[in-house]
Amino acid sequence: MNGTAPFALAAAGLVGLGLYGMLAQSSVLRKVIAFNLLGIGVFLVFGIAARRGAAAGLPADPVPQAMVITGLVVAFAATALALVLTLRLHQTTGAVTLAEDPPTANSAAPSE
Amino acid sequence: MTGTPGGSLLVLAIALPLGATLIAFVLGGQAAARLARASLWLWLALTVAITAMVIRQGEPIIYVLGGFAPPLGIALSADGLAAAMLLAGAIVLVATAQFGRVAYAAPSWEMGGRAAFAYWCLLPALAASLAVAFLARDLFSLFVALEMLTFTALALACLDGRPSQFKAELRYLLFALLGSVLYLLGCALIYGAYGTLDIGLLTGNTRADAPTRLAGALMTAGLLAKMAVFPLHLWLPPAHAGAPPAGSALLSGLVVKGAFVLLVRLWFWVLPGPPVAGAELLATLGAAAILVGSVVALRQEKLKALIAYSTVAQIGYLFLMFPLLMAGDPDAATRAWMGGMLQAVSHALAKAAMFLAAGLIVQSIGEDRVAGLCGAARAAPLAVLAIAIGGLSLMGVPPSGGFTAKWMLLRASVDTGQWWWSLVILAGGLLTGGYVYRLVAAALAPAPPDATPRPVPRLQEVSVLVLALLSMALGLLPLSMLGLAQIGQPVIAP
Amino acid sequence: MTALLLDLPLALGLFGAGAATLLARSLFGAVLGFISTGLIATLVWVRLEAPDVALTEAVIGAAATSVIILYVASRIGNRATPPAPPPIAQRVLAGILSALLAVLLAHALFSLPEPAPSLAAPVLDNIAPTGLGNPVTAVLMAHRAIDTLLESAVLVFAVFAIWSMAPERRWGRAPGPAFMAEAHGPLAFLAKVLPPIGIVIGVYIAWVGADAPGGKFQGGAVLAAMWVLPWIAGLVAPPSISDMRLRLAIAAGPLVFLMVGLMGFAVAEGFLAYPPGYAKTLILLIETAMTLSVAAAMACMIAGPPERRARP
Repeated sequence: MNGTAPFALAAAGLVGLGLYGMLAQSSVLRKVIAFNLLGIGVFLVFGIAARRGAAAGLPADPVPQAMVITGLVVAFAATALALVLTLRLHQTTGAVTLAEDPPTANSAAPSE
Repeated sequence: MTGTPGGSLLVLAIALPLGATLIAFVLGGQAAARLARASLWLWLALTVAITAMVIRQGEPIIYVLGGFAPPLGIALSADGLAAAMLLAGAIVLVATAQFGRVAYAAPSWEMGGRAAFAYWCLLPALAASLAVAFLARDLFSLFVALEMLTFTALALACLDGRPSQFKAELRYLLFALLGSVLYLLGCALIYGAYGTLDIGLLTGNTRADAPTRLAGALMTAGLLAKMAVFPLHLWLPPAHAGAPPAGSALLSGLVVKGAFVLLVRLWFWVLPGPPVAGAELLATLGAAAILVGSVVALRQEKLKALIAYSTVAQIGYLFLMFPLLMAGDPDAATRAWMGGMLQAVSHALAKAAMFLAAGLIVQSIGEDRVAGLCGAARAAPLAVLAIAIGGLSLMGVPPSGGFTAKWMLLRASVDTGQWWWSLVILAGGLLTGGYVYRLVAAALAPAPPDATPRPVPRLQEVSVLVLALLSMALGLLPLSMLGLAQIGQPVIAP
Repeated sequence: MTALLLDLPLALGLFGAGAATLLARSLFGAVLGFISTGLIATLVWVRLEAPDVALTEAVIGAAATSVIILYVASRIGNRATPPAPPPIAQRVLAGILSALLAVLLAHALFSLPEPAPSLAAPVLDNIAPTGLGNPVTAVLMAHRAIDTLLESAVLVFAVFAIWSMAPERRWGRAPGPAFMAEAHGPLAFLAKVLPPIGIVIGVYIAWVGADAPGGKFQGGAVLAAMWVLPWIAGLVAPPSISDMRLRLAIAAGPLVFLMVGLMGFAVAEGFLAYPPGYAKTLILLIETAMTLSVAAAMACMIAGPPERRARP
């Protein structure tokens, strides 16, 4: 494993944690954080592929590294979008979850 | 080497709408609207040219970007599947752009209103995203395309800015993000196993080992979440029904098809001898989607919710082709393949027409309950006609495109001895007939005496009707045109 | 062995920080957990010999993402009652699914083929024509340029998607809410002191990316932070989204990239190919425009849709 074994286990663990958080937490903000945890795990899998691909004098394969940089920027944009929607949802209905009947729907905060 | 003749058309199919989006974003206002419309018409011409090239050459067009051949570089390619989907996308987008000239007329001041600004930036953005999703041959570039589609789709769905929409869209976004990240994890595993993500290089070279199998499962699950396949379908109806008509049309007609094309590429180009049991599972989910989606559609009170549940059902048909392709009968496989492609294209046209028409009807009679549609046929006759024609195509009544699609799937299922799928197709057709009849019968009922429908702009009615007629005309295409779908069709080992 | 002594605690720490993020009682605790996970991940990237990614993870993955989560959390903040957890069945099912995925993923990672496939050699063979010294930048700007072009477009898509969620009446105003100005608060102090240093660092990171770890995304993100800070501190009003210069700044990166790419049809081998001898100049031109655009787009994403009552 070229010394990447501990990180492979950590990546697998983070993916599991992130998926659990996205599926089993009700607060949207917590779901978004879990999505980012899952992302860290997924990007690490690219990093392990890169490190294992050390060759030709390079300590790691640059191609998966480039993909992670692209992926991190896209993930940031996705997070920003999800957070704006969360904020707008809260501003207009007072809800912080995706449950069918938001408990605070009637006491909607004055929007805008 | 930069590829085959006509390859630069593929670059233009991406660069033109992308450039138009960026410039429209900077200019805003009426200039953005004009630029977006002009670029979409040009894009339609480009997709026609690409389709013609593919048919003439009888094999896929390829373009190698930057002069770096895969695995280091990235190639674009248009086969029959890509060309057909691009053409359908261009037709729907041009029709929606014409429709939007009235609904999203840009005010003269610089930025225009919120919805108009977003609308005219989003249409070419969606075109660019679809072009990448259909043409890219690299699994990671396709991931970026999926994200482009998600972002544009989300903004389209929120175009009305209604508070009720934010929750549906947030749910959609979380599903879509989970889907993309699972897809991306699959990409990472495949890169780790093969050192490339180029679909052409992966074809025939993948092994059925643990990383590949897990990658296949993760990517399939991610794409299914994005396509809202039963039982992951719950996000779709509120998200699609709550969007404004133009948004619903594009979401249901086109965005879902982007993920579908990726799924087909994954299964029949990348995975090693795709698992038959998996294909049967997909088809079972599809069958459940057809039955559940149609039954729930039958019981919907609201016009747009009914049409949205119909999307859940119609997506189900796309999955029936998976086990049929893998039964080892080449004739049946070809039929199943053409049936699947035709279903994707005809549903895109018919569903877009129905959502736009529904928007016109609601706008005219100010009523969105199915029970309240009485008088619609008098108020917006062409829109009701478009719904009826689109509905016939969804039901699979000859000579519509939907008929040819369902007939080919039906033949393939009988030929391969998997007759149970044909029962699902027939039952789905009957149920579809039920909800289309409900709509049309309600619209034909006489108007209440005090009804004062608002007139419907002719341009909108005509663009909607043209879409519906095209979905019908697909069934009249000569068989040689249908051969387009076979160009570059993968050979699937039984 | 010494490597393992370093890597094992890092890997454990990463997982532990992730678990702490998930288990944290309060939202604030979860954000703190997430920041620590991001920082440890940065160290892991260093250990994986990927300094470019480490920098990106630190600046975008950990810092910018945490800032934006904290910012939204503080705005939703105390008014919201903590939501009830989902039904136990859903949590159990999610737990089984997640554990299964983690086990299968670990198994798959340990079954990857030896020797590992790699594109390191082809990258080095094809780096000379680009004139760049950093192989990761060469992949981003030449070999896989289309991904980078599309990604920079994704940032623009995200900005107009975010703007289009603005309340109707606030359309056309400056991004974000009206921030309270507090002339002598700690935030105002930071907003006065940090930007001169931060701008230099951001420009430096973007500039060295051609030959050393760094680049437009990392540098652009630092610049974005330096731009947003005075907005949040209420010292400077952000430009209005009706200002065409702001929109041009956001779209300039992908536009320049696209134009240089199309120019390749005329003067080089084709789309996204660089003419021999001019590759590095053109790449630096694209990177300059991209740094500006990444900074502007990320600043607007952090600030959010226009919410101000009156024109500033």
